[in-house]
Amino acid sequence: MRRVYLDHNATTPLDPRVFEAMRPYMTGVFGNASSPHFYGRLAKQALEESREIIASGISSKPEEIVFTSGGTEADNLALRGIAYQKGKRKGHVITSSIEHHAVLRTCVALEKEGFSATYLPVDSQGRVDPDEVKKAIRRDTVLMSVMFANNETGVIQPVAEIGRIAREYGIPFHCDAVQAIGKRVMEVEELKIDLLALSSHKIYGPQGIGALYVRDGIGLSPMITGGHHERGLRAGTENIAAVVGFARAVKIAIDEIDIYRTMVESLRNKLESGLIKALDGVAIHGAQGERLPHTSCIGFASVEAESILLHLDLKGIAASSGSACTTGDPEPSHVLTAMGVPPELAKGSIRISFGRENTEEEADYTVNALSDAVRHLRSISSQWTTAKPL
Amino acid sequence: MTEESSQDLPEKPPAPDSLPAGPVLFYNEVVIEHFMHPRNVGELENPDGEAVVGDPTCGDQMKVSIRVDNGRIVDIKFKSFGCPGAIATSSMVTELAKGKSALEALMITDDDVVLSLGGIPEHKKHCSLLGVQAVQQAIHDYLRKEKAEAERIHEKGISGS
Repeated sequence: MRRVYLDHNATTPLDPRVFEAMRPYMTGVFGNASSPHFYGRLAKQALEESREIIASGISSKPEEIVFTSGGTEADNLALRGIAYQKGKRKGHVITSSIEHHAVLRTCVALEKEGFSATYLPVDSQGRVDPDEVKKAIRRDTVLMSVMFANNETGVIQPVAEIGRIAREYGIPFHCDAVQAIGKRVMEVEELKIDLLALSSHKIYGPQGIGALYVRDGIGLSPMITGGHHERGLRAGTENIAAVVGFARAVKIAIDEIDIYRTMVESLRNKLESGLIKALDGVAIHGAQGERLPHTSCIGFASVEAESILLHLDLKGIAASSGSACTTGDPEPSHVLTAMGVPPELAKGSIRISFGRENTEEEADYTVNALSDAVRHLRSISSQWTTAKPL
Repeated sequence: MTEESSQDLPEKPPAPDSLPAGPVLFYNEVVIEHFMHPRNVGELENPDGEAVVGDPTCGDQMKVSIRVDNGRIVDIKFKSFGCPGAIATSSMVTELAKGKSALEALMITDDDVVLSLGGIPEHKKHCSLLGVQAVQQAIHDYLRKEKAEAERIHEKGISGS
């Protein structure tokens, strides 16, 4: 069967060049980077060179990069690491209502432990208002956490403005940049970001590796204790092959950022204009705002997302949705809900995220398959006859 | 550092086509078949009984209409806004109800629907309730109308005599 992968915000295939870079570290070089002997030094050298590459990718210093097991751990380390400073279990955290669950559920967990949290609203285009950030600041605010770009809609957040506010009030600012790295140029110093979460497998690197940028002077409580790895912020023998792969992936993503952006954006536009032409009752969420070039979040009136995804899957197309009917009480996506999308339309919304290896022909194939699926489901739908144009 | 040629790349994982189609891991072939080609889709004109159950803003919705002749369901149509589980179970419940007497059809349970489909994933079992409820409510609607009609005829008969 023909296969078209359009779920790059979930994960990406490993770039063969990344695999080649990793290979020596999965076969010949096996040392522990903490060992002082020859084997350890080889590993250590690879570790530090990789750290430099990743640091230069976000214009930070190498010693400001802490390797973690991925984006989720990086977010946890940032949030809990700041919140737990000096053994405290109280204070106020500001975040947005559209964060990834790695941030959102960590904030909820912090609330249960005694902290308080403000979840900022977004406008209809899925954007946080920097003025709202400012208004939410309290005397006891210990941290702000707003993502660089949203994983469901691709909408880019006003990070520079929020960074300016955070610095002005002297509040540490954490930014989840898992979806944005390699798609946007980001200079942490200029953006006044204090902590930045990164992940490898969203940019054609291996899974199981990520990093947290921790600006010089920002104190963090470690979450995983043990040896003196990663400046004492994250104990555990470093996964050298994964680190090397991550660095190679960052290097490739940044070297090729212009051609990548042009290419995926043209595929995304082809898809969106094709669907709007083929169907009534189509809404592109967040389209009025600035978005990542490869992500499209599309709502189809009167049909349900999982049904669309199953039709696509049977045609070999892999996409995703922000919500799943798994409990008997399907919760529509928290991101679309925050944007004020009506629940019926949120339930009929899917996410398509393009990648390097996709082609124009695949975009056309998807427009056709998706239009067929939606038409078929609407012919069954008890809602479609009463549906009004969006 | 060891240098090896690219010919030594590890064995590829199983070719995609050697795996069952993704959803089949979750839905069996009977469910997929009913989802792709649902039976009895539509709306009857001037039905003898009809019902809409569910709320599209918070869950699935199903609309059922029935034609009853001599106490037997001779035709049944449905429309459904919902997930694959909801569509497939709606399709199956209409198949089960068709041809049965109204009273027999009232006794169809969600287990009957799930069993006829050869099972559905555990977390989708609630979907089958919607279809069963819709059919039952459509039959009750029919019975109510029948009763009203019988009373009307009865009254007419009395007053006419």
